[in-house]
Amino acid sequence: MAVKKGQIGSTRQKLRPVRSERMTGAQAIIKCLQAEGVDVVFGYPGGAIIPFYDALYDGGIRHILVRHEQGAAHAADGYARSTGKVGVCVATSGPGATNLVTGIATAYMDSIPMVAITGQVATSMIGKDAFQEADITGITLPITKHNYLVKDVKELPGIIREAFHLAQSGRPGPVLIDLPKDVQNTEFDFVYPESIEVPTYRPNYVGHPRQIQEAAKAIAAAERPLLYVGGGVIASDAADQVRELAEKADIPVTMTLMGIGGFPASHPLSLGMLGMHGTAYANLAVQACDLLISVGARFDDRVTGVLERFAPNASVIHIDIDPAEIGKNTTVAVPIVGDAKQVLKALNPKVESVKHPEWKAQINRWKAAHPMEYANSTGAVMPQYVIEKIAEVTEGDAIVVTEVGQNQMWTAQYYGFDCPRSFLTSGGLGTMGYGFPASIGAQVANPDRVVFAVAGDGSFQMNIQELDTAAVNNIPVKVVILNNSCLGMVRQWQELFFAKRYSQTMFSRSPDFAKIAEGYGVLGLRVNHQAEVLPALQKALAYDGPVVVDVKVEQTANVFPMVPQGRAIDEMLGIGGDQS
Amino acid sequence: MKHTLAVLVKNRAGVMMRVASLYSRRGYNIESVAVGTTEDPDISRMTLVVDADDVVLEQITKQLHKLVDVIKVSDLTDDQMIERELALIKVTADAGNRSEILQIVDIFRARILDVAERSVVIEVTGDASKIEAIFQLLRPYGIKELVRTGRIAIVRGSKP
Repeated sequence: MAVKKGQIGSTRQKLRPVRSERMTGAQAIIKCLQAEGVDVVFGYPGGAIIPFYDALYDGGIRHILVRHEQGAAHAADGYARSTGKVGVCVATSGPGATNLVTGIATAYMDSIPMVAITGQVATSMIGKDAFQEADITGITLPITKHNYLVKDVKELPGIIREAFHLAQSGRPGPVLIDLPKDVQNTEFDFVYPESIEVPTYRPNYVGHPRQIQEAAKAIAAAERPLLYVGGGVIASDAADQVRELAEKADIPVTMTLMGIGGFPASHPLSLGMLGMHGTAYANLAVQACDLLISVGARFDDRVTGVLERFAPNASVIHIDIDPAEIGKNTTVAVPIVGDAKQVLKALNPKVESVKHPEWKAQINRWKAAHPMEYANSTGAVMPQYVIEKIAEVTEGDAIVVTEVGQNQMWTAQYYGFDCPRSFLTSGGLGTMGYGFPASIGAQVANPDRVVFAVAGDGSFQMNIQELDTAAVNNIPVKVVILNNSCLGMVRQWQELFFAKRYSQTMFSRSPDFAKIAEGYGVLGLRVNHQAEVLPALQKALAYDGPVVVDVKVEQTANVFPMVPQGRAIDEMLGIGGDQS
Repeated sequence: MKHTLAVLVKNRAGVMMRVASLYSRRGYNIESVAVGTTEDPDISRMTLVVDADDVVLEQITKQLHKLVDVIKVSDLTDDQMIERELALIKVTADAGNRSEILQIVDIFRARILDVAERSVVIEVTGDASKIEAIFQLLRPYGIKELVRTGRIAIVRGSKP
């Protein structure tokens, strides 16, 4: 088995020729970022990155000063997810760099294009346990697509060029560049390379024609086909092609958490999300289908439940740009390595226009029997109701960023996303503290859109300091806290699987979030009754600036349906009217 | 099943760490590793011996291939390959048994590198089974020290 890589790979993107110019490494970074089209970076200064910040003082690039480096990484991530462009974050050496780590790992797990720039102690000090020294390239080795320690300023432009190329091509991911202080200070003759060559890296975008033909045949022969689409559809901007395929061959579509927005929730062929907290009808359809067409998804354990019993009647077409994902977790009948958009563009004309009335009738029976519904309120506000009302006031057109846990799942289930890049969430790593700073990044990238951050009272406190960033820069994010005074998702697991032994998940009291918001100069609103939800959301929406809406919600509300860990995905709790 | 992989990598700082990190993170076991430069000074060759079934091996190959510094991954196992390891063995030896030990060394086409009053140092090259065999024969005399390299391998004939 010999696998050969492309002998020569180069980016074809043309840039304006840059004449050689004498400048420092730090000034060169600014020039490089401008050449890459970066309009904003998120960061926090410190000793080893002062030269960069000194160069930044002359302007050229907008910088959003966060209040914790983790916030910078998540904001860059939110910027990237909402635009498809590379997000950039900057931190100093040592603790600044290590504070980025969770944000980088979050981006890595969800394949988000990001470039992280860190200061480093001077090259002469590396390895001497210098003040604020950390081996950040070593630390981030398993959570970056690639990383660099720049030892010679002459290599800097090429490295930055290559880093941006790696971050956004193929399967996207974060790339880290570690910049020793002396490298930033050294003067050299700067030229930005017009193209770069990475001979060992050439992602395969075009699917194999024979495999695409096989896929078309399998689709024509299928009686109960199902599209299972993931984050790769968002990354490759393939939503239109997914829709074309679904409509042409009359194929129902289910989405992973990362794939939400890849197919309109309001479309009659949409089954919503599948998996642990997927809809009953999506999970039942997976188990019954005879052909599963996976596009840009990776058969994650939260999707498949017990792998051996996932889609037991289906043969699988797996389209993914990362060859290592194909066959990693499941046996595949038709593997297609390629970019989702390009593969579907080649596949769709070969697919016959067919109808599947019986299959759709079956699915409609499941939809009628097990609709998405939640128990009515006994007084306290139901969290699902809040999500529905956010959808109502924003007409389903907002960018909604979530934290992790129940708030995340309810948003995925009840908002109804019709467009890609509108639902931003930490799917792979499941990072509490992601949502609020990511919403700041998304709002900065999309000043004309409404951005909501749905939080839990637990998650929000993990990066609550970014209220200052939002306030100072007047970033008008609307934070809605589904405040149940507990760590709801863990509490739910303890209720269901740990005999209601609520170990360390119940808060004895809640902080006054509205007051905290006011302390930062952010509008704070309190909601205690269902009737107050809509007026508060309308007020938040009308307000020109960041808002925190603290909604006291029913503490015992659970996320259903739920597939317990270690079960097949049709073994769900809480489907239909069974909400106890 | 044991597989011998030849991995061509860019001769850059940290590339060993990238490969080792990949193995530990994904839970693969490396039985042996040997690294050296190739005919091209910018390229190093790592020879890895891994114990893996076909599915795991495919994953290892694909994951290795995703590393930007990796140029090429080849599984030499099914090819006509020549494998070699080198061992240096310090054996207790005195006038009474030195000639017996020398006979064993002769049979295995090994070499004596050093003779002292109470020990000899033997150099042996060969595949893993040959080194294991001489080790077992020398053991009764008393092994004071054993040093082994990782395995290196090359394919016979003109195939690169």
